[in-house]
Amino acid sequence: MAGAKEIRTQIKSIQNTQKITKAMEMVAASKMRKAQDRMEHTRPYADKMRNVIGHLANAHPEYKHAFMIERDVKRVGFIVVTSDRGLCGGLNINLFKKTVKKMIDFQDANVEIDVVSVGRKAVDFFKRFKANQIAEASQLGDKPRLEDLIGPVKVMLDAFSEGKIDKLYLVHNEFVNTMTQSPNVLQLLPIKASADKELKHHWDYIYEPDSKEILDSLLMRYIESQVFRGVVENIACEMSARMIAMKSATDNAGDIISELQTIYNKARQASITQEISEIVAGASAVS
Amino acid sequence: MSMTIHVDIVSAEAEIFSGTATMVFAPGEMGELGIAPRHTPLISRLKAGEVRLQHDNGTEDTFFVSGGILEIQPHVVTVLADTAVRAADLDEAQAIEAKKRAEDALSNQKGEFDLAGARAELAEAAARVETIRKMKNRA
Repeated sequence: MAGAKEIRTQIKSIQNTQKITKAMEMVAASKMRKAQDRMEHTRPYADKMRNVIGHLANAHPEYKHAFMIERDVKRVGFIVVTSDRGLCGGLNINLFKKTVKKMIDFQDANVEIDVVSVGRKAVDFFKRFKANQIAEASQLGDKPRLEDLIGPVKVMLDAFSEGKIDKLYLVHNEFVNTMTQSPNVLQLLPIKASADKELKHHWDYIYEPDSKEILDSLLMRYIESQVFRGVVENIACEMSARMIAMKSATDNAGDIISELQTIYNKARQASITQEISEIVAGASAVS
Repeated sequence: MSMTIHVDIVSAEAEIFSGTATMVFAPGEMGELGIAPRHTPLISRLKAGEVRLQHDNGTEDTFFVSGGILEIQPHVVTVLADTAVRAADLDEAQAIEAKKRAEDALSNQKGEFDLAGARAELAEAAARVETIRKMKNRA
């Protein structure tokens, strides 16, 4: 029975792989739910903050913060958010494709590019292609904390305030639903003014300390919260992409196992048939 | 029923409180603030401390904030709480840290940003994924 043992070992090893992919699928599914919850929790903060900024713009129509002024674009900044780990299908590749396309547009227009990478995959990718990475953050884990992002975001905000960059983009995966994640390029700076015109009469706040300082810290927090949301959303995407990738890996393993099982059964059957015919032949020779 | 004011306390990571109160106390940067309904519009930075809410029935809720921003509209109080301890020099330190990590990674790298190379490699990776998909469909 040639090869039967090999086939058995192969089946065994694929079964082990299948167990692992199955476990990874389930882990990703539960992590995805938690990440989705966290994503929802970031929404009120950003909404409330947008309200306050809207009110400020209303109360103070003549004052424009540096973050709101459009400038000639000579250099742009990208904050690229990816996962730390792989095995999540084409998630990061699709994101890089979209980013690189955008970057090539800028490069063709002789605009220089600075990159802040969040996540191991982005760090490695841009390092390999020699992008000008000015800051990075990785190993944020499944529960990222805002503190971990303050540094990298500040680097970009400072660069913008100092006039080193004239536009700032955030690239991350958008969570459409469990099956679909789409890479998304979002302009963070300058902030596109969206003053709501609900308040008719003119009024103003009492500022403590003064309006400029308040607006400074408000806008900084606003950008940070957007980046934070991007990171949390990206984790939800990572988990759902991994869940799907691992599910199809488990299915594939199942297919291969059943194929191998058929081959094994055929081989076994063939060897039994052969043995019987040998015995019969032997018996007829004796009698 | 006494007059109440709507209060939202949110942080970047979670919604902490949303409801009504008869009186709100908050640690403003220029001093402790007591906010009753129909307070004039005010916007202030908060320092680390307690935000206290007095409810209709006389009970009190206390929340700790490590800083943030407080917005008052006549009928709405919004507390945008920081979860992280913030200070200019602390932020600066974190920024420097993030920069340093990148610089360490770049220290042994020379040359131009190779976007063309990146695109070529991505195209290849995408083609590979596509081929695998086709093969699966055929099977």
